[in-house]
Amino acid sequence: MALRFEVVIVGAGPAGLAAAITLARAGVEVIIFERGEHPGSKNVMGGVLYRHPTETIVPRFYQEAPLERPVVEQRLWLLTDEAALTLGYKSMTFAGEPYNAFTVLRARFDRWLAEQAVAAGALLINETVVEDLLWEKDRVVGVRAGRAEGDVRAEVVILAEGANSLLTQKAGLKKDGINTNQLAVAVKEIIALPREKIEDRFNLEEGQGCTIELLGDATKGMMGTAFIYTNKDSLSVGVGVLLSSLVRRRLNPNDLLEHLKSHPMVRRLLTGGESKEYQGHLIPEGGYRAIPKLYGNGVLVAGDAAMLVNGIHREGSNLAMTSGLLAAKTILAAREKGDYSAANLAPYREMLAESFVLQDLQKYQRAPFFFDQNPHFFTLYPQLLSRAAREFLTVDNVPKGEKQKRIWREITAERSRIQLAGDLYHFWRVMG
Amino acid sequence: MLQMVVCVKQVPDTAEVRIDPRTNTLVRAGVPAIINPFDAHAVEAAVRLKEKYGGRVTALSMGPLQAEEVLRRALGMGADRAILLTDRAFAGSDTLATSYILARAIEALSRETPVDLVFCGKQAIDGDTAQVGPGIATRLGFTQLTYCMAIDAVDLEQGYIQVQRKLEGKREIIRGRLPALLTVVKDLNELSYLSLPALIRAALATITTWNKDNLDLDPAQIGLKGSPTSVRRIFAPPARPGGEIIPGEPRAAAATLVARLVQMKIIADK
Ligand SMILES: Cc1cc2nc3c(=O)[nH]c(=O)nc-3n(C[C@H](O)[C@H](O)[C@H](O)COP(=O)(O)OP(=O)(O)OC[C@H]3O[C@@H](n4cnc5c(N)ncnc54)[C@H](O)[C@@H]3O)c2cc1C
Ligand SMILES: Cc1cc2nc3c(=O)[nH]c(=O)nc-3n(C[C@H](O)[C@H](O)[C@H](O)COP(=O)(O)OP(=O)(O)OC[C@H]3O[C@@H](n4cnc5c(N)ncnc54)[C@H](O)[C@@H]3O)c2cc1C
Repeated sequence: MALRFEVVIVGAGPAGLAAAITLARAGVEVIIFERGEHPGSKNVMGGVLYRHPTETIVPRFYQEAPLERPVVEQRLWLLTDEAALTLGYKSMTFAGEPYNAFTVLRARFDRWLAEQAVAAGALLINETVVEDLLWEKDRVVGVRAGRAEGDVRAEVVILAEGANSLLTQKAGLKKDGINTNQLAVAVKEIIALPREKIEDRFNLEEGQGCTIELLGDATKGMMGTAFIYTNKDSLSVGVGVLLSSLVRRRLNPNDLLEHLKSHPMVRRLLTGGESKEYQGHLIPEGGYRAIPKLYGNGVLVAGDAAMLVNGIHREGSNLAMTSGLLAAKTILAAREKGDYSAANLAPYREMLAESFVLQDLQKYQRAPFFFDQNPHFFTLYPQLLSRAAREFLTVDNVPKGEKQKRIWREITAERSRIQLAGDLYHFWRVMG
Repeated sequence: MLQMVVCVKQVPDTAEVRIDPRTNTLVRAGVPAIINPFDAHAVEAAVRLKEKYGGRVTALSMGPLQAEEVLRRALGMGADRAILLTDRAFAGSDTLATSYILARAIEALSRETPVDLVFCGKQAIDGDTAQVGPGIATRLGFTQLTYCMAIDAVDLEQGYIQVQRKLEGKREIIRGRLPALLTVVKDLNELSYLSLPALIRAALATITTWNKDNLDLDPAQIGLKGSPTSVRRIFAPPARPGGEIIPGEPRAAAATLVARLVQMKIIADK
């Protein structure tokens, strides 16, 4: 006889765990499957964890969760091969309660979050891959785990399986398989460095953290970003670019990371560090238009599996948690009626649409296509901006007015006025 | 019917352990704990013997409350029950005290039903002393069979066990009388993949905990007081001086490397 639970959750990442905690607290019988040795062991994230959405799941989590550093400063660097144009914001209000964001190492954080789910009454089964769904006509009625006697029946299944969303496809919610235009591949290294060195090099008070996002030469001009985040006694250094551009340029992500690490602006930050871990992962970057169908009869999709990632703002974990929470709320409402058909799960999409999750993604819906079609935003513009800054800052007795003219001439030599106006207009439409 | 006890230790995942260069202690904070890898093979061996000869497998661990996790793992692998020995008074126990406490617990179990076989790992990957198993065997007066890589037969009628011991470059086939204590190496078996119901059962099982009052213990022989050993110093081997990294594009870097190797007369100039 097959095992039976009210809800099966596939994947113990932020999406699955947020759902599990919410359901278990409401007294629902939940089983979560995680293919990793423990939650977090397979997960890769820069990673910046946002306080607000996390608190909606576990109030005051920051008093006990394994966090690295509260983020007090965010920097943005536009790189060319030998220069950088930088921008940033630092505020001491981020250093204390209520906090805004923290750097985390997911291997630790996810494990802790899973403990909260287990404490609430959820059953966590690690090292077990869910291989398939169980069907009865057109409704999902459970899952098949990759172990002997692995069938588990459920009223409803939440797919929180992350970017490599095979079950979401099997559920018929997503048509195509891997689409290289919709997936970024990211690699990341954890580089151990004594905490005093980190604080000195990044101009931080004891225990505080900062993040740097890098564009332009950081990705060899491909659509994507690189990042450097400060942990307690290590740095997370990584780079992520669209799979299609990697294929087009015949590059592999490791080369990109090495390229980044040897950049003159970056090298000194890492000097003397010892590489501890190397990881690679996919990021769904298809945006709003690539979002699959979010529910069916007896099934819901949350987090990365549902393409809920806002690449432009480097947000993913918060969308994952929020969607997991809303999936759980939908299930609790459907449970009242004892009916988990698609019609009763439809409020899931409505709640997401009312939240920042779909509103933000909708706002940037044109971005993935636009930047893919206009690679000069990642190649030419960083160059031009950098040259303009150099021209302007070089003191050589040339009058400033003449310098401005020179800069303008240089720019218009590369891009006509009409093209510039078009770029500006489209950029504004896509991002504004 | 074989009565078996497996001693399992919770150890930090060595892949993630570092030594604090200032204090010379292991930095355990935040490092995930795992079942001592040899002990997993010990559990597997006991469960297989149970399947063959019938009997019962009890997993036993001394450690903090978190050591429950490794006991659950043993349950998932097929152990029938799990007992955690946990008490503040046990803290700081060295191998002498640890083997004393474990032996006492096994004696307590033997009073219910006499224990035929005790399994330990060859050594714990953190302490690495390989002393606890032999320590228990000596205290209990059990036959001591270390480095077992195969169990050929158990004969309860005649009261013996035949094993193969892994020695350097050879193996020793040896027969010992029961009751016996085996310490095992990884060659003994391949860990089998658990069924889902077994995993769920383990996750839901309740684990018995015993503290010092459940055992008949001499307070002078447990914890720090009962531990004559002290670790004088523990250190990581000195880091090797970093080599030279030749920067640049692969092609140019390779050319530089070749030139350098020629210069150092490591390869011939063509
Ligand atoms: C390099 C990188 C940097 C990032 N930086 C940030 C950042 O700074 N801030 C931020 O908010 N977001 C960041 N993200 C995005 C963020 O990591 C994701 O959006 C988030 O982890 C999504 O959560 P999830 O629960 O949907 O999926 P995941 O965290 O991917 O979890 C899915 C889980 O499901 C398991 N699983 C998958 N399939 C199965 C199966 N069949 N059976 C059993 N288990 C299965 C997996 O092992 C995994 O544990 C980053 C991503 C990457 C790759
Ligand atoms: C960094 C470090 C510092 C230490 N400092 C001190 C100190 O200051 N003072 C001191 O007295 N001792 C100290 N110890 C010794 C520590 O208490 C021993 O680890 C312990 O007694 C077990 O010895 P072992 O790990 O070498 O096990 P081994 O003898 O190598 O283990 C062999 C087998 O015995 C069994 N076993 C061992 N321990 C247990 C257990 N707890 N529960 C169940 N089964 C078990 C397992 O089957 C295991 O495979 C220190 C150890 C370390 C690693």
